Amino acid sequence: MAGLFIDVEVDESVTGDADLARRLEEACPVDIYADAGGRVEVVEGNLDECVLCRLCIDAAPAGTVRVKKLYDGTELAAR
Amino acid sequence: MRFFEYESRRILERERIPITQSGHATTPEEARRIADEVGGPVVIKSQVLTGGRMKAGGVKFAETPEECEAYARDILALEINGHVPRGVLVAAKAPIAQEYYAGVIYDGVRKLPTFVFSDMGGIDIEEVAETHPEHIGRGHFSTVLPHMDFRAKDAIAQTGLTGRELTRLTPILSALARLFVKYDMTLAEINPLVRLEDGSFVAVDAHMDMENEARPRHKALLAELGVGEDETREAREATPFEIEGERIDSVDHRGVAGNVTEFDGNLGLVIGAGGGSLTLFDAVRRHGGRPANYCEIGGNPSVSKAANLTKLVLQKPGVEKIAVMMSIVSNTRVDIVARGVIKACVELGFDPAEKIAIFRIPGAWEEEGFKILERYGVEYADRSVSMHEAARIAVEKVSGGGADGAGPLRGEETDAEKPPAERLAGAGEVVEG
Ligand code: SF4
Repeated sequence: MAGLFIDVEVDESVTGDADLARRLEEACPVDIYADAGGRVEVVEGNLDECVLCRLCIDAAPAGTVRVKKLYDGTELAAR
Repeated sequence: MRFFEYESRRILERERIPITQSGHATTPEEARRIADEVGGPVVIKSQVLTGGRMKAGGVKFAETPEECEAYARDILALEINGHVPRGVLVAAKAPIAQEYYAGVIYDGVRKLPTFVFSDMGGIDIEEVAETHPEHIGRGHFSTVLPHMDFRAKDAIAQTGLTGRELTRLTPILSALARLFVKYDMTLAEINPLVRLEDGSFVAVDAHMDMENEARPRHKALLAELGVGEDETREAREATPFEIEGERIDSVDHRGVAGNVTEFDGNLGLVIGAGGGSLTLFDAVRRHGGRPANYCEIGGNPSVSKAANLTKLVLQKPGVEKIAVMMSIVSNTRVDIVARGVIKACVELGFDPAEKIAIFRIPGAWEEEGFKILERYGVEYADRSVSMHEAARIAVEKVSGGGADGAGPLRGEETDAEKPPAERLAGAGEVVEG
C-alpha cells in the first residue's frame, strides 16, 4: 500500500539483486528500503517519511527505482 | 527547577553566605534533636514548594525542644495547597535588628541577570517595588565578564545605604550573584537577609530556582542535595495529556515535537520555531483566542512525530480546530510538517481543510509544502502574513467567523489591516527552527 503522500516502485527485474538491496538500505536516510535476505523490500510504514533526497535513485540502475509524489502527480527525477 | 528552603540554605552554605543555624528533619524526634543542638528559640517551617505557609499554619515558633517536637508533628501532617511537606526546617530564631531583601533574577528583556536589593526585607518584594520604589536598588551584570563587586555595591547604594552596612552587605549580594551564574539559576533570593543585634548579617530564608535544562551540568550538587533525577519540581503535576506529549517527543529522536502544556481552550496549537511558539501563543491570546495547549515544534521532526503530536492535540476534548504556525523555519521542513498534520487529520477521519484553521509555516521547502496543502484544500499563509495576523485568522475561524476558503493568503490581502508596528515585526522576523 502506498503512503498518503509518497509511493515508491522498484522494478521487478532488480528486486532480487542482493547488492542493490544492501545499497538501498544503506542509502535511504528514513529506512524506506530493507534488505530482506538479499531482496529489496519497501517498508510501507515509512513511505511518508521520504525526504525527496534522490539517494535511492542514484544508487539504483537508471529507471529501476521510482519515487512518486502523490500530492502533485509528479515523480522525482534522476540527477 | 525549584529548591526547597532547606536545600537553598545548603547552597548558600556551600558558597559561604552566612545563614542562621538550622537542620532538616523528617520526624518530630529529629526536629527536637536539631532544636536541642541549636539551643534556644527556634522556628519550625514546613518544607513545601508553595506559598502561604505562614497563613496555613506551616510556620511556628518554639521556645524549647519539646515544644519544637510537638509543632513539628503538626506541621509534618499538614498539607498546604495540596502539597505534602518534605519534612520541616528547624532554624535558630535570630535576634533581628533590620531586615533586607537580596535577590538575583534573570531579565528576559535585557538577557542579563540583575540584582534586586531592598532595605525593606521580610515582605513581598513586588509589593515593595509598587509601594516604595525608592527602597529598591537594581543593576544588571554580565554572565561572561568576571564579576565586579562594585555592581552589587551600586545596587545596594541606590537604596541610600552607606558605610558599614553597605560594606558588609556588598560581599553577600556579590556571592549571591556568583552563585546565580555558577549554578545556572533563574532566581536566587534571600528574604529576609537580616542584620542581627550584634551587627552581623545572616540569611534567614532563601529561595532558588535552577534552569531545568542545566540540571545535567549540576549532577554533583543535585546528588549532594539528594534531588532525584526523576523529580520534576514543577508547580503542578503533569497531566496525562502532557505526559503523552513528553512520550511522543522522547520516543523519536528526530527533531522536537513536545514541551506540551495543557490549557482548557478550543483552539489546538501546533506551533514552534525558537521563540515562535511563545509569540504565537501570546498572539492567539491577544486576539481573544482560547488555546487548548502550548507546544514546541522544531529541529525538523519526522512526519510521524509531527503527526502524533497533532493527533494528541486534535483528540483533546473541546478542541474545535488547530492552528499550525511557526516563525520562518530554516532547518525544519515545511513539507514534512504539512505531511504530519494532514496525516493526523486524515487518520483520525477529519477533513484537513475543515480542521486546520490556518497553516502558516514559511521557510525551507515551502513550495513543496504549499503543494501538499493545496492538494488537501488547507488555508495557508506565507511569510508576507505576520504571525500576529495568522493568529488572528485562526481565532476568527474557531469562533465561527473568518473567511473560509482553501488556498494561499498573501500579505497584500491582510497587511492593510495591521498596525505599522506589526507589519515591521513581520518583515523583520527572525529565522528559526
Ligand atoms: S528519495 Fe531519499 S528518502 Fe525518499 S525513498 Fe529515496 S532515499 Fe529514501
